[in-house]
Order: sequence, then C-alpha cells, then structure tokens
Amino acid sequence: MFPSTPTFLSRRYAPLVRTFAVALSLAVMAGCSSTGGTQTGESYGDGTRGDGTAGGASTAGTGSGGQYGSGTGTSGTGQQADSRIPEVRTIYFDFDRDTIKDEYESVVMAHARYLRANGNANVVLKGHTDERGTREYNLALGERRANAVKRFLRVQDVSSSQISVVSYGEERPATRGSNESAYSENRRVEFSY
Amino acid sequence: MTTPGSTPLRRSLYAVHAALLLALVLFSTTASANLTIEITRGSDSALPIGVVPFDGAEGMSEDVAQIVQDDLERSGYFDPLERGAMFARPHRADDVAFGEWRSLDVRYLLVGRGEKTANGYEIGYDLLDVSGGRPVLQERITAGGNQLRGAAHRISDAVFEAITDIPGAFSTRIAYVTSRGVGDNIDYGLYVADADGHNSQEVLTSDEPILSPAWSPDGEKLAYVSFEGERPAIYVQQMASGNRIQLTDFEGINGAPAWSPDGRKLAMSLSKDGQPEIYVMNLADRSLNRLTQNSSIDTEPDWAPDGRSLLFTSDRSGGPQLYRYRLGSGEAERLTFTGKYNARGRFGPDGEQILMVHRSQDGYQIARQELESGRLVVLSETTHDESPSVAPNGTMILFATQQGGQGVLSAVSADGRSSFRLPAARGDVREPAWSPFL
Repeated sequence: MFPSTPTFLSRRYAPLVRTFAVALSLAVMAGCSSTGGTQTGESYGDGTRGDGTAGGASTAGTGSGGQYGSGTGTSGTGQQADSRIPEVRTIYFDFDRDTIKDEYESVVMAHARYLRANGNANVVLKGHTDERGTREYNLALGERRANAVKRFLRVQDVSSSQISVVSYGEERPATRGSNESAYSENRRVEFSY
Repeated sequence: MTTPGSTPLRRSLYAVHAALLLALVLFSTTASANLTIEITRGSDSALPIGVVPFDGAEGMSEDVAQIVQDDLERSGYFDPLERGAMFARPHRADDVAFGEWRSLDVRYLLVGRGEKTANGYEIGYDLLDVSGGRPVLQERITAGGNQLRGAAHRISDAVFEAITDIPGAFSTRIAYVTSRGVGDNIDYGLYVADADGHNSQEVLTSDEPILSPAWSPDGEKLAYVSFEGERPAIYVQQMASGNRIQLTDFEGINGAPAWSPDGRKLAMSLSKDGQPEIYVMNLADRSLNRLTQNSSIDTEPDWAPDGRSLLFTSDRSGGPQLYRYRLGSGEAERLTFTGKYNARGRFGPDGEQILMVHRSQDGYQIARQELESGRLVVLSETTHDESPSVAPNGTMILFATQQGGQGVLSAVSADGRSSFRLPAARGDVREPAWSPFL
C-alpha cells in the first residue's frame, strides 16, 4: 500500500547497536581491567588521625587524574600523600544503588584524609547515573549517590563547608554505549577539586 | 465550521485512529539541529485522499500541496495518493470529474490555487467528498510572502478537522535538546522547530547540560533546566524576544518545571531540604508551596488539564511509580501498579489517560494508562524510550529513543498503530516537548 515506506526499519538497527556495543565494551574492558578488589574494607579507619603533617593546601601535583589502580595503595598509608589530591577520583556504583562498595571505601578514605589535612581544599561531589530510565529521576538518583559519599566524608570528620554536591544524572556520560559495560562506567561519583 | 464526512466514517476513524507515516526532510538554520522524518510503521486503515498540486504553484516559493500531503500522511490518519497516479489535476470543485477519482478509491480530494498579491499570497482550496460528489470545505486564506509553510499547515489543520472532527495540530511547534560529545566535552543545545521539523531555531547553546523544556500554556515561553551556572537552575525564556529570567537558584536539584494550566504557577522538584520534593511556585511573587513531605524521591510533576491535581513520580514504595496529588485534599494516591518502573507521567489532553515511561521485559517503553480502569498499554516498539510529550490534540505522542546508538525523536499515534522518527544529522536529540495550540 505504501511502496515507498521502509516498514520495520525500526528493527533493522538492533544488530548495529549490538555491534557497536560489543566494540565499545571491549575497549572499555581493556581500559580498566585492574579495578576489582584491590582494596578491601579493612583499610577503613586506619591512620585516620595524625594527618596534620602536610598542612599547606598546595593543590599541586594534581594533574594526572588517572582512573584506577596504582595510586590508591600508596596514598592509603603514606603520610606525605595527604598533601596531594588522591589520584583516584571516581568511584562506581551498582545499578539503582547508592551504597559505597567495599572496594571503594579506601578511595573515599584517602579523600577524607586529604580534606582533613587541607582545610581550605574544597571538593565537589558529582553524582552520575547510567542512561536508563528518565532524566529527572536520574538527576535524583545521582544526587543520592553523591550524598552517600558526602555522608561518608562527614562521618570521617570532613567539614561540611568543604563539600558540595551536584548531580548530573545521565547528562554527562563518561562513555557512550547501551550495554552493561558502559552503564557501569557511567554510574559514578567524581571527586572534583 | 464545515460539515465533516459521513458519521460512520468518523466513528471508524476514532475507533481506528488510523496510522502510517511518511518521510520528510527538514533543514534548519544550524546544522546541529537538523532533523529528518522517517516512517517506521504504517497503518493499513488510513483514509485514501488525493491532494492535487495547486494551481499557480510555479510562482510560489513552497509546494503548498506537498506540505499538506506530508502533514496528512504523517498524522497516520491519511494515505495520500501519489501524484504520479493522478491522470487529472483539477484546481477547483467545478473541474472535478468525480468518477475518475472514485475509480482510484480516493475518498476525499483537496484541490486549490494560489495567487500572488501585493503582500504575499491568497490561496483558495476546496475539500471534496468523492463518494458524495460534493464539497466539504471551501476556504480562502492569505499568507505573507515568507509564510507559505505556515499557510499550508493551517490548510492541513482545517482539512484534518473537517474529516476527523479532531482539531489538527500541524501548526504547532516542538522543543528539543541536542548534544554532541562525551564526558567533559559535550555541547548542548535547546531548539524549537515546526511540528514537521522545519524552521528550527536555537533557543540556547551551552557546554553544560540542558533538560526538561516545558511550554507555557500560551505557547509564548519555555521553562527549562540549565546547568550553565555549574549546577541546575530553572529558567523561563520568552520565545519572541529571547529574553529570559533565572527563576530558581536553590541548593541541590532545581528540576522538572511544569506549568499550571492557567500559566500562573510552575510546579518543580527541589532538593534544597534534603531530597527532591514537589513544590509549586507562584510566578508573580515567587512564593513556594511544598506539596510532598517524605524521605523519598519526588519529581517529574505534571498538572491535570483541570488544574486540580498533579501527577508525579515517587519512589516511596521502593521503586519509581506514579502518584496523583490532589490540591484540594493534599492527598497523594498511587496510580501505577503494573511493573516496577513507571516514571515521568504526562496527562493526555482529556485528563482521562496518562502517558509514562514504563519498564517492561524488553526495556524502557512508552505506555498509556486509562485512569478509570487502571489498564496499562505499551505503545512504543523501541526499548530506550523516555520523555513522552503529547500533541495538543491528543493524536500523537512524541518521545526520545535511540537508533544505532544515537538519540533520536520518535512519535507514535495514540493507539500505537503508526509511528515516525526524527533523527538528527549529527549528535543526539532528546527531551521533546510538543507545544500547545498556537
């Protein structure tokens, strides 16, 4: 009846999406395979006190901003590390959850130590979600995640005046793609100094 | 204004809410806002109509008959005859040999002629009932020199209403958000275009997110959320002048603006007190009235057409569901019980149905629920769907979805039988908002 109508076009792109998704997920996996289980919850609370050493707020040595891995271990114990902004500045969340996972507690602890040691340093906690679901609801979920991190920092005696929270919901994805790999990269809170 | 076709025909049209769709190309003032319409699903119940090229078309800057034909086809209610199948091209009722058109199974015929005048054009047209061999509508309209597309849409509106008894929504506009890039390097844009995607105009561009555009009931202003101050705030911008005001600057989320039907108030979601709650702001003095009080997320308000209640999303039951807040009693009643995720509800124009994002086994889809029966029906066929926005005449629902990993706009007829898509040439398009009648 409508010879020019490309019926069922909508179904035709599904394989394309999948191809794209697979390619992307491979790339993502290659980039962050060192994540899992480096740290566990036992680092919680260790060396919390006596951090006063470094003092000076020098935001120096900031740069790198590498995503995962290496830096964490050292900054977890080293005293002089508290004069530097911890290198790991992103933590990731499970779907629809705002619980800080065990493996990221040491990351948040490192930021708590840094903020306590540098009273005039300020952090913006940027909450993000994956693309699924509605945008305004995701704005609320992203804020919930950032607030969970804020609460954790407050429990660690970080002054609330040093912490602000902004939720971007799904508006600023770290990576594109409609697959679990991309989703898990996007469900995050960033520490922004 | 004029008599529609036979009553049984109209009834069958209501019942069937025909469908099918068509393709159209748009252009715009800026490349990033380009949209192209593609038919995704047609209906076999659309009404055959012949739209004959108008007399004097050579002297006009737009092919008015083609614009009308595309409008009618895109609505899903009509199945226009291809021009190549017409063996005669009459321009007025007296010249029509009805028998010839009956043999082509055409039910209605639109003929017309345009004339240049001192100030623009004068267009006369006749809508004819082919089986009855009589005129249904005979009109003359004028258009300024650069208003031919608008004139064509007005003809479409009149033809659509004469045959279906439903006001046409072809002269309306749509707002939408575009984005390009990833991470910290994303360009965002807010645009407004004609309902067929033409004549796009930039409202705002930013390197910070923009979302939730909402038309004022008079169609003269847009409220939206912009992060340009490094965190979300609600702005209201006049379309004609481009002037705008920043309406809110509270700590936390300033989101989900929704106009009251009288245009005097704006409902919104604010998290200044801890978690997102629904507030209503009186625009004259900016006073705030908080509607919800609890520790859960309350967001995405929408006013009922009668202004007496608001729909909103809340996760107070554990996951997002839709609730209705009655302004009289202050009571909130849960409306959705099908599935674990129902969000961003929008009332249909009659207030008796709501549209929403519903998570089904397949993914996130657009669904409709009748308030009376509570029955929920999934309308869309895609699975990354969000932001449903209903045409002011209730016949189509515009929403955002994905195609090949790219954000595109899509539309589905109210009965789910026909659909079309409006992808952008580059980047993602989303957050559609269909204007009221203008």
